[in-house]
Amino acid sequence: MEKIFQKISFGSATLVLIILIGIFISLFIAAKPAMSEFGFNFITNPVWNKEVVIASPTNQVKQNTNVNQDDSVVENDFSDDDVIPMDDELNTNSTTKTIYGGLVPIIGTILSTIIALAFSLPIAMGIAVFLAEIAPTNISKIVGGAIELLAAIPSIIFGMWGLYYFAPLVADLFGGFQVSLLTAGLVLGVMILPFMAAITRDSMNTTPDVLKESAYALGATKFEVIKDVIFPYSKVGIIGSIILSLGRALGETMAVAFLIGSIFQLPHKLTDPTISIPVALANNFGEASGLGMSSLFYLAFVLFILSFAVISFAKFYFLRKENA
Amino acid sequence: MKKIATIAIAGLVAAASLNAADFKGSGASFPYSVYQGWIKAYNKATGVKIDYISEGSGAGIKHIEARQSNFGGSDKPLTPRVLKKNGLYQFPAVVGAIVMAYNIPNVKNIKLSRAAIAEISLGHIKFWDNKLIKMSNPMTKLPHKKLTFVHRSDASGTTFNYTYYLSKSNLEWRKAFGAKKSVTWPGDHHIGGKGNPGVGGLIKQTPYSIGYMDYADAKSNAIAMATVENKEGYYIKPELKSFQESAAKASFDPRKDFYAIIADPAGAKSYPIVAATFILLPKEKASMDKKVTAFYDWSYKNGANIASNLGFVPLPKSLTSKIRTYWSSKGIK
Repeated sequence: MEKIFQKISFGSATLVLIILIGIFISLFIAAKPAMSEFGFNFITNPVWNKEVVIASPTNQVKQNTNVNQDDSVVENDFSDDDVIPMDDELNTNSTTKTIYGGLVPIIGTILSTIIALAFSLPIAMGIAVFLAEIAPTNISKIVGGAIELLAAIPSIIFGMWGLYYFAPLVADLFGGFQVSLLTAGLVLGVMILPFMAAITRDSMNTTPDVLKESAYALGATKFEVIKDVIFPYSKVGIIGSIILSLGRALGETMAVAFLIGSIFQLPHKLTDPTISIPVALANNFGEASGLGMSSLFYLAFVLFILSFAVISFAKFYFLRKENA
Repeated sequence: MKKIATIAIAGLVAAASLNAADFKGSGASFPYSVYQGWIKAYNKATGVKIDYISEGSGAGIKHIEARQSNFGGSDKPLTPRVLKKNGLYQFPAVVGAIVMAYNIPNVKNIKLSRAAIAEISLGHIKFWDNKLIKMSNPMTKLPHKKLTFVHRSDASGTTFNYTYYLSKSNLEWRKAFGAKKSVTWPGDHHIGGKGNPGVGGLIKQTPYSIGYMDYADAKSNAIAMATVENKEGYYIKPELKSFQESAAKASFDPRKDFYAIIADPAGAKSYPIVAATFILLPKEKASMDKKVTAFYDWSYKNGANIASNLGFVPLPKSLTSKIRTYWSSKGIK
């Protein structure tokens, strides 16, 4: 029994690792065509889905005559349609190629996450301090419960609420578009707020009373106790809460899809619409094919690396410092 | 233990086969609501179960080409050459319209000329009191407010049909963009919404915005729709009557597998931004094709009301009889 239990728990632990590596590999394979086509320029190129002509003019003329020959029975009406450029799903020998660049969604993802963090971090800390140290128990229970409920709201509801009630408010206050980087970032902030606040509160609650009481006994004020005893003690938990929220903000799709404006254009102001990686994936995956599909996988790969890098950086940098 | 497992599996299989459709199609999302209505009514009348997955024209074409579905739906007709190469038959199913939906507080009954629509889409018109818009609305006091253009953020047949219309009415658009399912929109004051409901929501939310969307969705959301100038210079209100005029003008030729994009038709009363949506069938699967054509035959006969209630135009009788002849000649009726 002992052995079986050990095996099972070992299996569960390795499963996570296998899935992680599996996702990494499959993303890499699917993104390969786009990677070899665009290379690292993909990350710095702000142009998404733009056609450029690659074939020589003689080649094009030849193709056109082909069209006319094949359709000779019914030629009269085709002249018009042939001059209108269209995407042709079933014709692979095209004279144009499409350029995909991922800069806009990458910037959009990073900026919206930064806005969300900048907005929610001070509020979450305030909530946590209030709940853990200042509020009387019954108020702390009610407010704490409300925060946990906020965490349980599905993201699509945040998206709808954001679009119908929050977006007009943001536009009134800051001007510009209703759906914009700022709106998306602020609603993201509201979404990650409960995670941050709840985890921070819990880790603050783990501060031993002995420590706090000794500080008070030495004549420290409440503010000093919070600043010099509770914050240093619960630092690991607070950073953990930020990392968790960061992960959620980077990958949030549905709410942001409603609010960011979904256009492939670099924002000049915070109130301009743009797009994030998850939104680009959700919007375009359904009808993508060929290089477009592969470019979406490349974007997904970038997001994977991005969140991985951010989270491991946060973890190693802050937590190692803590241990040292 | 084994017995229970067997029973459970048998139960699952039975449940799965109960749910299984007799045949399935996939593709265009533009006519999804109509197909859904027809499928339900057809199921009630005959007991035949059909699945239609709304995944977009591009995917629908891909899946029927790979023979992964029994029929494909496409907002973009394929040329006879492409059909021949891939062994497919094609016929139109229903006609729909795209409207210019807008939101200007305290302004109603906007009229838009062909040039104005193209210039708005190209991002050249920055303010609502632009002279191109003023010209067709001499009696209306237009505000000096920034115009926000709303478009689809996902690839869609609606965008294809809208940009096809733009390509026909405006040379600059044709050269720069053409007819595409997804477009990198020009201009600096535009936003994207996901699906027709997303576009509708954004227009409703954003004062001084305008965008293109399905007539059906604009109507059910009570969004104001602009009266639009047609090919012959008349201003036409978006309503079923004028869509029917346009559909009647379309020249579908069975010899060309009905290949025709009907946008911007002639006729004094025709609404310009209309689109037909098509069904694709694999040539070699005649017996399955017969089931599909039976469904569409039934829908042409009995589904007219369902379609018009949803804001679509059922095909005129003259056309459906042509389609029936086409089926018979190909041996799939």
